[in-house]
Amino acid sequence: MLRRAALAIALAVSATVGASAVFPGASANDELLRLQKDPNQWAMANGNYASWRYSSLNQITRENVGQLRPTWQFSTGVLRGHEGGPLVIGDVMFIHTPFPNRVFALDLNNPGRVIWRYEPTQDPSVIGVMCCDTVNRGPAYADGKIILSQADTTLVALDAKTGKEVWKIKNGDPAKGETSTMSPLVVGDKVLVGISGGEFGVRAHVTAYGLKDGKQIWRAYSVGPDSDILFDPQKTTDMGKPVGANSSLKTWEGDQWKIGGGGTWGWISYDPELNLVYYGSGNPGTWNPAQRPGDNKWSMTIFARDANTGMARWVYQMTPHDEWDYDGVNEMILADNIQVGDKRVAKALVHMDRNGFAYTLNRENGDLLVAQKYDPAVNWASHVDMETGRPQVVREFSTAAGGEDTNTQNICPAALGSKDQQPAAYSPKTGMFYVPTNHVCMDYEPFRVSYTAGQPYVGATLSMFPPKGSDNMGNFIAWDAGKGKILWSKPERFSVWSGALATAGDVVFYGTLEGYLKAVDVKDGKELFSYRTPSGIIGNVNTFTHKGKQYIAVLSGVGGWAGIGMAAGLGGDSDGLGAVGAYKALSDYTQLGGVLTVFALPN
Amino acid sequence: MKALLVSTCILAALTGPALAADDAKDDYERPYHVEDGKVDQAVYNGYRRYGNSCLQCHGPDGAGSSYAPNLTESLKHLTHEQFADTVINGRQNVTSSQQNVMPSFGHVEDVVTYLDDIYAYLKARSDGALGRGRPERMPRK
Repeated sequence: MLRRAALAIALAVSATVGASAVFPGASANDELLRLQKDPNQWAMANGNYASWRYSSLNQITRENVGQLRPTWQFSTGVLRGHEGGPLVIGDVMFIHTPFPNRVFALDLNNPGRVIWRYEPTQDPSVIGVMCCDTVNRGPAYADGKIILSQADTTLVALDAKTGKEVWKIKNGDPAKGETSTMSPLVVGDKVLVGISGGEFGVRAHVTAYGLKDGKQIWRAYSVGPDSDILFDPQKTTDMGKPVGANSSLKTWEGDQWKIGGGGTWGWISYDPELNLVYYGSGNPGTWNPAQRPGDNKWSMTIFARDANTGMARWVYQMTPHDEWDYDGVNEMILADNIQVGDKRVAKALVHMDRNGFAYTLNRENGDLLVAQKYDPAVNWASHVDMETGRPQVVREFSTAAGGEDTNTQNICPAALGSKDQQPAAYSPKTGMFYVPTNHVCMDYEPFRVSYTAGQPYVGATLSMFPPKGSDNMGNFIAWDAGKGKILWSKPERFSVWSGALATAGDVVFYGTLEGYLKAVDVKDGKELFSYRTPSGIIGNVNTFTHKGKQYIAVLSGVGGWAGIGMAAGLGGDSDGLGAVGAYKALSDYTQLGGVLTVFALPN
Repeated sequence: MKALLVSTCILAALTGPALAADDAKDDYERPYHVEDGKVDQAVYNGYRRYGNSCLQCHGPDGAGSSYAPNLTESLKHLTHEQFADTVINGRQNVTSSQQNVMPSFGHVEDVVTYLDDIYAYLKARSDGALGRGRPERMPRK
C-alpha cells in the first residue's frame, strides 16, 4: 500500500514537470547518452537506446566492402548457440558466451589478448529448464561496470577494468522454470532486466535494479492485478482509452493468470526525452488455447512504461488469446519523423512481430498507425482492424477453432515467427528497416496438459516446414514502416537468425545459419560481400573504430531455437517437400562452436 | 515414488499374459504397432506427449537438435529400462567442452503416465518402422 502511494505521487510529479524534465536522483545516464551517439564505440547491444543497430561510420562502403577480410579471430571455447554481440568501450571489446556465461574483456591494442575473463559458478540443472538452448544475448555496459544476466537469473555487475564482482542479485528461481537469456538495459541509475520461462508457466516481469548496488526499485509483471502490473486504470491507455480496473485479471479464468507467462526475454528500448521504456511480452501459459479462455492480457503486448516508476503509460496487445506461440518480445525500434500517409509521425515505434505483422505506432501515446504483413506467406489473420487493433483471425488457421486434439495445418508463420528476437537495423539515412526473417510454416495440434512447477508446460505438437511453393526458409528484407511495404527481399536458404547492422557506407550486414557474414546494398539487397565463418551465425553484427580504422565484428556459433532443425532439418508430413533442396539439415552445412571474427579493409 | 513406477512397469512386463518369454521381451522392447504407416493409440499418444515435453530439446521427430541428442540413434543402444531410468532420473553430462543436462521427469504427470507411449513412439522411429512427421492413427476397434 505504501509503495502504491509512493508510485502515485511519483506519477503525479512526472505529469506536472513534463516529459523531458530531469528528475533529481533519477536523471538520465549522461555517460550512456554520450556513448550511444559515438560511432567509434558500440556501447549498447543494439547500438543505441532506440535500438537502431546503425552506425554513421562510412569507411566501409558499397564500393569497397567486397575487399573486407577477417583480421583476427577468437574462440570462446563454448559450443552452444552464441546470440547477441560484442560491446566496444574505448580500447576494450567485451564478448560473452551461452551457458556457462563466460565474459571476456579483449584488448583491441593487442588483438585477442584477454585482459580478464569471468565465469560464474552456476548449478548446471538450469540447462534443463531453458526451453531452446542456453543462449545469452550479452551484457550491458554502464558506469565502469559490465552487467550480465546469467542463465540462472543471477544479475551480476562486474568491474569493467578487472572483471571482479561489484554486486550480484537473484532475479528469479530456476526451480520454477525461471531463467534468463536477455541483455539488460541500463537507463539512468537503473538496470532493467526481464525473465524467460514462457514454456514453463512462469509469471514474467521486468524489474529495475539500482545500478550502484543492485537493490530492487520496481517490478512490473506482465499479467496479474493492477498493483503487480503497475497499471493506473485511468492513466494507462490501450488504443487511446483508459484500460480500467483489473484489465489483466478479467481476461483470464480463475487462477490461470498465476501461470500466465508473458515472458519478457526480448529487447528493451528507451526514449530519454519521454523517459519511457518499451518492450514486449511473450506467450500466455500453455500453448493450448482451450485451457486459458479470454484475451490473456497482457501477454503478447507492447508496453510503454515510465523508466523511473515502472508505471505503464500505454499498452497494445498484438495477439489476444494467442493460439500459435507468437511471442511479442522482438525489439522496439524508435524512429523519428516517419511519414504515414499524409501524417508525419515525430516519434514512432516500429516493431516486426513474431506474428508476421510489422507495426508502426506513435510511441508517445500508443496510437496504432500501420499493421501490415512483412512476409506475404502470413495467413493466420487477414488483416488488423485499425479501429480495434485486433487481428482478424482466419478460421481455417485458428488452432482454437480447430480445438484440442485437432491438427490445424499450414499455418504461416510457424511458432518461430516471421522473425524472432534477431534484431533488425534502421538506417536514418535511407529511412528504411532491414529485417532478418524466417519463412517457415507449421501444423499445430493443441492438447491438454497439467502444470508442474519447473516443468515444461507446452500443450501443443508442432511440425514446421517452408511455405508451399517456397524452397527457402528465410528472407532478408528492406521494410518501409510508413507505407507498410516490402522494398526488396533477398531469399536465404535457412532462417536469417542474426541481428543486422546498417551503416552510412550504404551497406547492411547480417549473418546466415550456414555461417556466412554478408554485406548487401541498402538500395536493392544486392550481395556485395560474403565470408564463411567457422560456424552458423545467430549473433548480431556490430561496428566500431580502433585507431581510426573501421572494423566489423560478429560471433559465430550455431544453436538457439534455430538449432532445433540442426540435426535432420525441419520436418513435417507435407508430401512433396522432401525433394526441395533447401529443406536439408543444417548439419550438412555447419557444426557447433563459438568464434568471434573481426573484419576490416586491407591497409 | 519414482522407483515404484519403474518397478511397476517392469513387473507388468514380466508378469504379462501367457506369452512365450521371447515374445514378451520383444513386446516390451518394441511396444508399437505400425501397419501401412498407421500407428496404434499408444504410439500416437507418445508422439503428442513427446511434443509437449521432449521436442523443445530433442527436436522434431526425435531427430535431435544442436543441443540435445538424436533419440532415434540413442534408442538403438538404450533398453526400455535404461530409457525409463534416464527420463525419470535425468542425466548430467557437464564438462569443459560439453554442457548437456537432461532434467528429471520423475514427478511430471504428463511424462510418467505416458512414459511407455513415448518410448513406443521413439522406438518405432528408431527402428525405422515410422517415418518423420505426424503419424496417422489406425482406426479404433
